[in-house]
Amino acid sequence: MHRRGVGAGAIAKKKLAEAKYKERGTVLAEDQIVQMSKQLETFKSNLEEFASKHKQEIRKSSQFRVQFQEMCATIGVDPLASGKGFWSEMLGVGDFYYELGVQIIEVCLALKHRNGGLITLDELHHRVLKGRGKFAQDVSQDDLVRAIKKLKVMGNGFGMIPVGGSYLVQSVPAELNMDHTVVLQLAEKKGYVSVSEIRESLKWERERACHVLDHLLKEGLAWLDSQASGEPQYWLPALFSELTSLLSISDGGK
Amino acid sequence: MDRFTWSNGLLEMNETLVIQQRGVKLYDGEDKAKLDVGIALLSTHQLIWRDLKNHECCIAIPLSQIIYFEEQAAGIGKSQDPILLNFLKERLTEELSQKRWESTPMSQPIPTATNSQTGRTRAVGIVGIERKIEERRKETEKNISEAFEDLSKLMVKAKEMVELSRSIANKIKDKQGDITEDETIRFKSYLLSMGIANPVTRETHGSGTHYHLQLAKQLGDILLAPLEERGGMMALTEVYCLVNRARGMELLSPEDLVNACKMFESLKQPLRLRIFDSGVMVVQLQSHSEEEMISSALDNVTDKGSLTAEEFAKLLGLSVLLSKERLLLAEKMGHLCRDDSVEGLRFYPNLFNSQA
Repeated sequence: MHRRGVGAGAIAKKKLAEAKYKERGTVLAEDQIVQMSKQLETFKSNLEEFASKHKQEIRKSSQFRVQFQEMCATIGVDPLASGKGFWSEMLGVGDFYYELGVQIIEVCLALKHRNGGLITLDELHHRVLKGRGKFAQDVSQDDLVRAIKKLKVMGNGFGMIPVGGSYLVQSVPAELNMDHTVVLQLAEKKGYVSVSEIRESLKWERERACHVLDHLLKEGLAWLDSQASGEPQYWLPALFSELTSLLSISDGGK
Repeated sequence: MDRFTWSNGLLEMNETLVIQQRGVKLYDGEDKAKLDVGIALLSTHQLIWRDLKNHECCIAIPLSQIIYFEEQAAGIGKSQDPILLNFLKERLTEELSQKRWESTPMSQPIPTATNSQTGRTRAVGIVGIERKIEERRKETEKNISEAFEDLSKLMVKAKEMVELSRSIANKIKDKQGDITEDETIRFKSYLLSMGIANPVTRETHGSGTHYHLQLAKQLGDILLAPLEERGGMMALTEVYCLVNRARGMELLSPEDLVNACKMFESLKQPLRLRIFDSGVMVVQLQSHSEEEMISSALDNVTDKGSLTAEEFAKLLGLSVLLSKERLLLAEKMGHLCRDDSVEGLRFYPNLFNSQA
């Protein structure tokens, strides 16, 4: 009498069955790539349709751009990764942000000799808008932030430091650690800071405060006013807008 | 505009012409009415407008039905066409206050408006503009919410593709041998089109997408002259601005630029992408060798005794960023020493080396 499922033959048969099942069940990567290519074509035409109806919304509404970007991030897509991407080509999102990137770089470069490569997001926003002229599309701070994030891949130290509810935009590879950042945040209120202020607010020793301030001086991010009443004051040109507007007049109104 | 009626433009017996003004355009609210340049005639009873080109075309509004008028500044690009000039405006004010039409009624009664149920008539001018603005705002809102709806549907499809690409990527990772080089390249270009990060290869292996290959070749041509002008080296952000300003449209993304530059070596271009310790990225001409740069830095510093990055930049006509990198490089090779103080970073020849 045969007993089923027992013996070497049965084991071999089982293995064969398993292999066949696996072969049938798994879709091969090559086939999936073909499938993806087809889906891509469909998607492309859907996107074209969307663009023909709504391209204006993206251009005109910064609110729409924010939503759009967040949706993309949620599903794991970066519409700004490449100028050759569908999003960029068909919706024109790319050109908007890449051009903004150029304008941001140019503004930062023009002001670097004055503020050492540190500028408030507000001032950057103001100057970029001015440079774009009256009839250009509106640009929001969110737009700037996203453009700056993209610029980071090119080295050169683009970064953003949270300060007083907004940001300082850094455009030089100056090393700024947490100590430096904290002092910048402290200086934000008045545009300057002193050693005793730092010691009082942050409870640091004198050496630590001086070390940080010296570094900021060296990097050109702070100016020393040794004639201030009391003790020397360390001013941050990035933080005072009255001074910069005065300077821009002497610039010939650039 | 709905108070205006077609008219023969002829004045009545008791009616007197007060003033006429040429070159007047008619506007309905904010839009230009179909009537273009013409003559405005103010009489004691009505305001008449006659088309200069087509004399048959003539409309009029009884003064009694003008409740409000305002002088509107000429719009952009329309500096020569004021709607109401000062004379006319003064006269109109006068006629409206005198109300001469009341004392000398015209033989034909002027047809009254048909749609003033509450007796309130719409003023030409501000209210019309406000209404248009509100309409436009509602229209924009409607468009945006429609756009969001359509966008959501699109995102659902995009998400499917992201998931599919992840599944493909995992399979490629597991059985490397089954996928051809060609298929991998195609897959990468799909990822590029969709903006999906490439999960398979972190580096480009020198066989990135076709697009970046083409770009790298183009850049190899475009950048030669600018690089020569700038001493053989340009910061990547400089390159980005230069190239995109030249293109005007279909701009490169920062990532496109970086990916293309990474391919210079494998394409045997005379350019290289170089990353300094500080993280600064530059494009550099192959012909400008390392040794040349270092010895030129040393020569300049020895010549002047000492140099800061700013001073060096002025000497060479380079950006401060890049001259600093050169000095740092020379220091790294042991040819320069630094004096790091509050007054800045200054470089001196390394006498330990030369005089040891």
